[in-house]
Amino acid sequence: MWHDAALVAGKDLRIELRSRVGAQQVAPFALVVLVLFAFAFDADHALLLKAAPGLFWVAVLFAAVLSIQRSFAVESADGGRDRLRLSGMDPAGIFLGKAGAVAVQLLVLQLVLAAGVAILYSSRLGDAAVLVATCLVATVGLAAAGTIYGVVATAVGASETLLPLLLMPVVAPVLLCATKAWQAALGTGATGDALGWLRFLGVFAVVYVAAGVLAFGPLVEEG
Amino acid sequence: MAPAVLLRNVVALSGRFPVLAGADLFAEPGDVVLLRGANGAGKTSILRVCAGLLPVASGEALVLGEDVCRDRRTVRRRVGMLGHANGLYDDLSVADNVRFAVRAAGGRSAAADAAMERLGLTGRLRDLSVGRLSAGQRRRVALAALVARRPELWLLDEPHAGLDEDGRRLVDALVLEAVAGGATVLVAAHGPAWLEDLPVRSVEVAGGRTREAVLVA
Repeated sequence: MWHDAALVAGKDLRIELRSRVGAQQVAPFALVVLVLFAFAFDADHALLLKAAPGLFWVAVLFAAVLSIQRSFAVESADGGRDRLRLSGMDPAGIFLGKAGAVAVQLLVLQLVLAAGVAILYSSRLGDAAVLVATCLVATVGLAAAGTIYGVVATAVGASETLLPLLLMPVVAPVLLCATKAWQAALGTGATGDALGWLRFLGVFAVVYVAAGVLAFGPLVEEG
Repeated sequence: MAPAVLLRNVVALSGRFPVLAGADLFAEPGDVVLLRGANGAGKTSILRVCAGLLPVASGEALVLGEDVCRDRRTVRRRVGMLGHANGLYDDLSVADNVRFAVRAAGGRSAAADAAMERLGLTGRLRDLSVGRLSAGQRRRVALAALVARRPELWLLDEPHAGLDEDGRRLVDALVLEAVAGGATVLVAAHGPAWLEDLPVRSVEVAGGRTREAVLVA
């Protein structure tokens, strides 16, 4: 399983490095989202600072949808579903590899967006440990849930429109918890203990990784 | 000797539509079987059943000793299929595509290099993105991935499609080599002109059923 996961993740990341879709389309799109929010809240900088964690995670969420769509568009082209099934790879390994590649891309994107938040919103990124831990745990959950719903949307068809519809409600808890954890870390809201929100994110991540490992095979077969 | 492929009265569905309606097929190791028939006759569906891609609704289906009615996954590493689609990643290079296919099947990169050499995918071509290749070159890359996996059962769906004369001769030579090495080959094609130099057994497919036909060569 781990061999297959490493193989698939390496392949997906190599595709992204060669095609540069993430660097040239997804990351600029996420930055544009941040800039638009900055314009929208320009008159009230205090509000912008307070909302910065939420705006950061909304931008991450939009970018995650694009990255997941891209991940499955690559597999759909040129007989992709049969290619994956005929490879003989462990479906759990394929799931972990695809989710892992999406997670790596999202983490790199979050570095860029964090810099964007610091520069565009003049937000001071304090308590780095909580910020980084939140990014890591939330990203695992986003990537795992996104990979499950990505294969579902691809199997049903019309994945471009169906994936956001399926995924957004499911990852709403990630948006909420990650925003609260960031607010606690930045001191921009009365949100209590960041560790509590991190625990929620951890449970979400564990549940969706486990669900993906178990369900990805049947989803690929029956789709 | 155990048959490489044994299908008895196989029924397979696509949704509610029966794409196979009682197909029979027998092939021993080393056989080359040509499946002939019109579009929609069920040739590709037979190949997909043998690859473990299409579930069997009823009947008996043994492929390389595996009962694909009960478990379709186990046999997949042992078969190689060249379908209408090439199964390649456009953004990966030729070499990366072939190596990925080989390593996914548990093989070694050295086998990929040898297969690329055999298919004439050498020099600068190996580092080009597959998306930049012509249809014929893409077909060669897909063939290289197939050859490198060293499958025991070759499932070829219109393998000459998109290839020039040299490419067609190369496919025929590869099939000869595979058969000499003990592999079994099932080919779906429209015409009888396929593999004129090989002792090919021809099977007619029509309406999702099979009928043994004349010896082609």
